[in-house]
Order: sequence, then C-alpha cells, then structure tokens
Amino acid sequence: MFPKFSLRSMFHGAGGGNDIQWCFSQVKGAVDDDVAEADIISTVEFNHSGELLATGDKGGRVVIFQQEQENKIQSHSRGEYNVYSTFQSHEPEFDYLKSLEIEEKINKIRWLPQKNAAQFLLSTNDKTIKLWKISERDKRPEGYNLKEEDGRYRDPTTVTTLRVPVFRPMDLMVEASPRRIFANAHTYHINSISINSDYETYLSADDLRINLWHLEITDRSFNIVDIKPANMEELTEVITAAEFHPNSCNTFVYSSSKGTIRLCDMRASALCDRHSKLFEEPEDPSNRSFFSEIISSISDVKFSHSGRYMMTRDYLSVKIWDLNMENRPVETYQVHEYLRSKLCSLYENDCIFDKFECCWNGSDSVVMTGSYNNFFRMFDRNTKRDITLEASRENNKPRTVLKPRKVCASGKRKKDEISVDSLDFNKKILHTAWHPKENIIAVATTNNLYIFQDKVN
Amino acid sequence: MSQKQEEENPAEETGEEKQDTQEKEGILPERAEEAKLKAKYPSLGQKPGGSDFLMKRLQKGQKYFDSGDYNMAKAKMKNKQLPSAGPDKSLVTGDHIPTPQDLPQRKSSLVTSKLAGGQVE
Repeated sequence: MFPKFSLRSMFHGAGGGNDIQWCFSQVKGAVDDDVAEADIISTVEFNHSGELLATGDKGGRVVIFQQEQENKIQSHSRGEYNVYSTFQSHEPEFDYLKSLEIEEKINKIRWLPQKNAAQFLLSTNDKTIKLWKISERDKRPEGYNLKEEDGRYRDPTTVTTLRVPVFRPMDLMVEASPRRIFANAHTYHINSISINSDYETYLSADDLRINLWHLEITDRSFNIVDIKPANMEELTEVITAAEFHPNSCNTFVYSSSKGTIRLCDMRASALCDRHSKLFEEPEDPSNRSFFSEIISSISDVKFSHSGRYMMTRDYLSVKIWDLNMENRPVETYQVHEYLRSKLCSLYENDCIFDKFECCWNGSDSVVMTGSYNNFFRMFDRNTKRDITLEASRENNKPRTVLKPRKVCASGKRKKDEISVDSLDFNKKILHTAWHPKENIIAVATTNNLYIFQDKVN
Repeated sequence: MSQKQEEENPAEETGEEKQDTQEKEGILPERAEEAKLKAKYPSLGQKPGGSDFLMKRLQKGQKYFDSGDYNMAKAKMKNKQLPSAGPDKSLVTGDHIPTPQDLPQRKSSLVTSKLAGGQVE
C-alpha cells in the first residue's frame, strides 16, 4: 500500500511523502530569561487562509501577525510574519459574590472564516468569550465644513463656503473592536471554543458543561451537555476539550479526564447527555497504577481536515481515531515514553498535569505536538517516521535546517543525545499550530513564538 | 517510534507470558514510580482521579476576603499588627485574616506584549 522505497534523499525532490527539512524562519518575543507571568503564551492559531497568525497570553493580550506578500523575485522563503494588530482582549476580574478571581489569560482563540474586508475572531478566558472585529482603515475624510482638521469646531461665523469632504489616503491603521461579549454562561472554567461549520453558531465548553451560542446573540445560550452529578461527591470526570466536526454541523466531540471521547449528534436530542459514540481504548486492569488515570486524561482533541479522523493528546502519546471505530485508536504515537519512569517526580512538580495540544498539517498526513526542553515532535502517518526538533535561539540563522534531536532514555548516551535527567521541564511547548496550506509552523515556547518553514529551493 | 495496535487477547495468554508482555510494554517502570510515590507520601489516597483531585481543579481561582472579618479583626487588634500571610500568599487558612495587601494585584497589563515589540527589559 505504501511505497517500499524511501523518498528521503539529500535533495528536496518533487512529490509527496518526502521528509521535510524544517528551517528556522523567525522568532518573536523577549530574549531575557526572566519571564513575566503576563508574557506566557497561552494559545496560537492560524486563520483559515494562513495569512494571519494570532497568539494569546496570560496577560489577556492578543497579538496578530500578518504574512507579508511573497516577493516573486526573491523566492528563497515564503513571506515573513509581522505584527498586524495587538489589543487587550480580557482584563482580570473578581467575582465578589463567589470570591472568585477570574484570570485574564486567553485560553483559546478561534478565527471565523473571512466574509468581507474585516477579520473576526473569538477569544476566551475562563469565563467570557468575546467576538473581535479587526478592520483596516487606509483612508480618512478631509475637508469638513464645520470642523478643523484636528477635530476642533470652527466658529460658524467664519464659514463662508460649502464644500464636500473627500476621502484621502492615510497610513494604514488596524483597529480591533469587541463586537459581542458572551458572558455569564459558565460556572466552571472554559477550556474550549469551536465554531460550527454553519459559521453562525459555536460551542463553548467548561469542566462540566457545553453551551451552544449564536454569534449574533449574547443574552442567551443553549446548554447541550451537562455532566454535573446531582451530588458533587460523585464527580469522577470532567470535560477537557470539545470541538465541532469540520463538515457535519450537527456533530461535535468532547474529551474527558478519564481518556474517553464522546461524539454527540445534536439532531438526536436537545440535551446531548447521551453520546452517539463513545471512543475508549480498553485498558488491561492489571496494568493500572496510581498514575494511569492522570496520564490518560486527554488534553486536546482535534478533527482532521477531512473529518474522517480525530486526534487526541494524553500525557505520553498522540492517538488517531477513525470515527467509524470506537473500540480503539487506529494509530498511536509515543511522544516521550521515556517519561514513564519519571512519573513520580513529574507528579511532585505538577508537570504530569501539563496540557499539551496537538495539530494536523493541511493534508492530514503529519501530526505535531510539543514536549519538554523546548522539543516538539512530528509524526508522519504515511512513512511512519517521526522527528524531534528544538525551538531554540541557537539555531537562529534563517534557512538553517534544524538538526533532529534525540533523547537517551537509559544506558550509554551517544554524542549529541540528551539524557532524560538533563531535560528542562520548565521549558515546555504546549501550543503549536500548522499553516492550513503550507509547511509553515508556529511553535510557542514559554514566552517566545518561533516560526519554522520547510526548505524551499 | 510509532506503534500499531496489536490484537489484545489477554485471556489466551498464560500467567507467565502475560508478565513477559507487561515487562516488554514497560509497565514495570510505572509501578516502580508508584511505589516511590507511596513511600514518600504514605497517606496518599487510593483514588487519584477521584473527587478531591477534581474538586481542587474546579475550585481554581477561589480567593477569600471577607471585609466584615477584616474590619472586626482590625477593631479588635487596634494597634497591633494583623497576622499577615506567609510567603505562599495564595493559601489562606486558619487564623490568618487576609488583608487587601495580601490579595494579588488586579491590574491588567497595560504594557504592550513583547511579541509585538513592546518594552523589553
């Protein structure tokens, strides 16, 4: 079924299935090691065309980068990403009634497909979702009758003629304004938002509930999943992520802290507490340990672009599920299996609760996820080859091909390998994104954003 | 390395074979780690994914400041200093009366993000 010969060669040949050579392109953010809390990047997302790249941080700020138009003559690389717009999306709040501090940290950003000249995105913190409009202004009216150019009103007695104001070009200004604020619908902390393929509705999920919204309506939302038990003492699992199917507007999935994924069909009933499908890999009960449930907790779920598959990320692995098969995943990729013998210390330093995300490339042939020591991993589903790369300022020259990294689990450490005990667990890559069409990836370290591209000859 | 799922037929394996399979699949390291943890914290509950752990997750962000308590305590103490929080300001328990100074600052970031070329220290 798959070609037996390897297409890997020194030169980047034509055709699919080649091993991609990843090169450093850009890095954004401060160089200093002393990271301010607010600068911690909490989400990264390309828009539908890939022209825009948005980041959210713990300080509640959103920064949007725009890819510059390709210079056809200088085709060494694809366009660079430069700052397009930045704004304060969310502010810290205090719920006095519940004595609850509400963080301004942006948990997720999701772009709407472009319908007109403006761009729209949804950003959310723990409690409130906001719809932002980002629009360009490149001309302004001049020649008012009653106002001076600086805005002051003229003395009406000095007005002797009548003129029609005209639009004149001005320096490009990008403005972000909040168009809708969707608040007060979540008792628990929002972990996911997902826009429906109808482009009119979207879902928001917290630990125990999922709500359905209409993008135009802010004072109402429908609850579609509620797993809160009548007696909180009986609570055994929480919702960890949720996403709408990319093509079927009636279908969505949500993952749990127990490693299960439920697929729901909104046509079946108004409240989708009963799943249509339950995806769960059977576990040998004799293999169970104290850590089993914690490491099986799913931190991210993403549908493939085709809608045929979905990918889940748990602490140690990435799994690909065929929507037609509930009893086990069709592919499993080990991200950092060597950590299995470090679970005790990872539990003590809380790293075992880190929530890694995962993403698909545009053609669904490669998946990517982050790890520790600023390493990130890619798995080619066709060739079954995987690679470990590092996001580091040491590989800083544009068009330098990144050298693959290797972690030595035990035994004799080879040259260029790094031992498990030398890994920096404070340097974690939780958020990565892949351009929808090209081989351009955005990788977020704690406070820096790296952009890598494949080598273009 | 990626793995294809193998057909699981544990019932058909003998006890011995099963143990070999387990060792090959690396289950032993996890059990060893569990033993280490239990040795350090013998009082650790049986159900790690149970209620307590999840409840802590749901209660993230809970801060307690009762202005009534604070003013009463201030009135009682008069000239004396109010007991203040230890280094861990997020945990408020027992006799400690939270003071406005103990609560973390609720100001938003007015500085532009460094990703956008904001002020670099």
